[in-house]
Amino acid sequence: MATLVAFPVLVLALMLQTAVISRINLLYGSADLILVILAAWALQERVTTAWQWALVGGVLVAFVSGLPWFVPLAGYLLIVGMARLLQRRVWQAPLLAMFAVSFTGTLMLHILSIFSLRLLGDPLPVGDSFSLITLPSILLNLLLAIPVYAGMRDLAGWLYPAEVEA
Amino acid sequence: MKKNFPRSLQTIVIALLAIGVVALALGGYLTSLSNLVNQTIVGAQTWVSTRYLAVIDFLTVPRDVASLRQRNAELEAEVARLQTQVIELQQQVTETQILSALVDFARASPENTYKAATVIGRDPSPFLRYVILNIGSNDGIRRGMPVVTDQGLVGRVDAVTADAARVQLITDPASAVNVSLQNSKTEAMLVGSITGNLSLDMISQDVTVQPGDVVLTSGLGGGYPPNLLVGQVVSVRKLDYELFQQAAVQPIVNYDQIQFVLIITNFKPVDIAPLIPTAAP
Repeated sequence: MATLVAFPVLVLALMLQTAVISRINLLYGSADLILVILAAWALQERVTTAWQWALVGGVLVAFVSGLPWFVPLAGYLLIVGMARLLQRRVWQAPLLAMFAVSFTGTLMLHILSIFSLRLLGDPLPVGDSFSLITLPSILLNLLLAIPVYAGMRDLAGWLYPAEVEA
Repeated sequence: MKKNFPRSLQTIVIALLAIGVVALALGGYLTSLSNLVNQTIVGAQTWVSTRYLAVIDFLTVPRDVASLRQRNAELEAEVARLQTQVIELQQQVTETQILSALVDFARASPENTYKAATVIGRDPSPFLRYVILNIGSNDGIRRGMPVVTDQGLVGRVDAVTADAARVQLITDPASAVNVSLQNSKTEAMLVGSITGNLSLDMISQDVTVQPGDVVLTSGLGGGYPPNLLVGQVVSVRKLDYELFQQAAVQPIVNYDQIQFVLIITNFKPVDIAPLIPTAAP
């Protein structure tokens, strides 16, 4: 059930991303709604389908984006792995973990994007890419992190209701 | 007789008094008196009328407030509906103007056949400058087809699905377009950047390039048809120790606000990759 819910949630998020969020720029960076959703989902304590969600999100973005297909797929899987790791260690401060995953996840995905695009021959200047795209994108993702975390916590509470002791 | 005399006298006296009063009035001697009387009467009538209306208001206001509130709500709903209609109509006017310009452009270049498309999204990655269109292979769109607006070149189709297409804008960092400078009669390469700025490279040092030179596609390489407008040169960088000059180009299309585009469907891009020599193993 929780894996099936990934399809409508992530398709809707991708539609929002391409139609709205990609047009809202800070310098030349933009927020990544899929990344933030996957990070927030993976940080929920009772969620067991984070890897499946990362696969679905990665495939959807790889299908739409001009990036090499393995970049979003590998990036999102890495982000979910990091979130699961952090969730076990800093479970008492979920928002702090959310900010940490959003920050490092954006950084990782952008590094992966820059180097894979450069390997494929795109003349991306690394310094400008970091200052004009990555840093503003990190800021936007951090801004998006709080409302998305709240939304995903509600969704997790609905899909994984807490067990009531008899 | 004794009784009749005083009555006649009374009548005469009254008539004389009346004549006297009329004469005084005609002579203007009673104006101040009549003004005083008038003011008093008008004042009294105003007081009575005001109090009467106040009483009527007091008795009827509660019903009027209810009906006025209802009327106000109806009018507010009507205003909201009309405002929505105005916004929709303004949007339709804007779209019609853009489509009309596109139709004019298509008529001005009858050698090409066009398909109009709407831009429905942008690439999720901020490193790439791609847009997503609402038509695909079901409408005859193929990879490599050039995309234009009435103003000039936009890019070319990079990937196609049945009902959508992805277009690489010429401002994408990986984009390279062979262009010619109309005034200088020379060839150059137009490249994009992560900031969306366009620049010209590979301009021979012998050529004089000036700000204001018009940049058109040259058709070399077979990627784009010739003579599509791209923009204007805004500045030139010429250094003696470099092999080529460079120039910054002001694009003619606002790539951040494209809503509708035309795809040139009868242009078949030429793949020259097999002709490029590769190093022997």
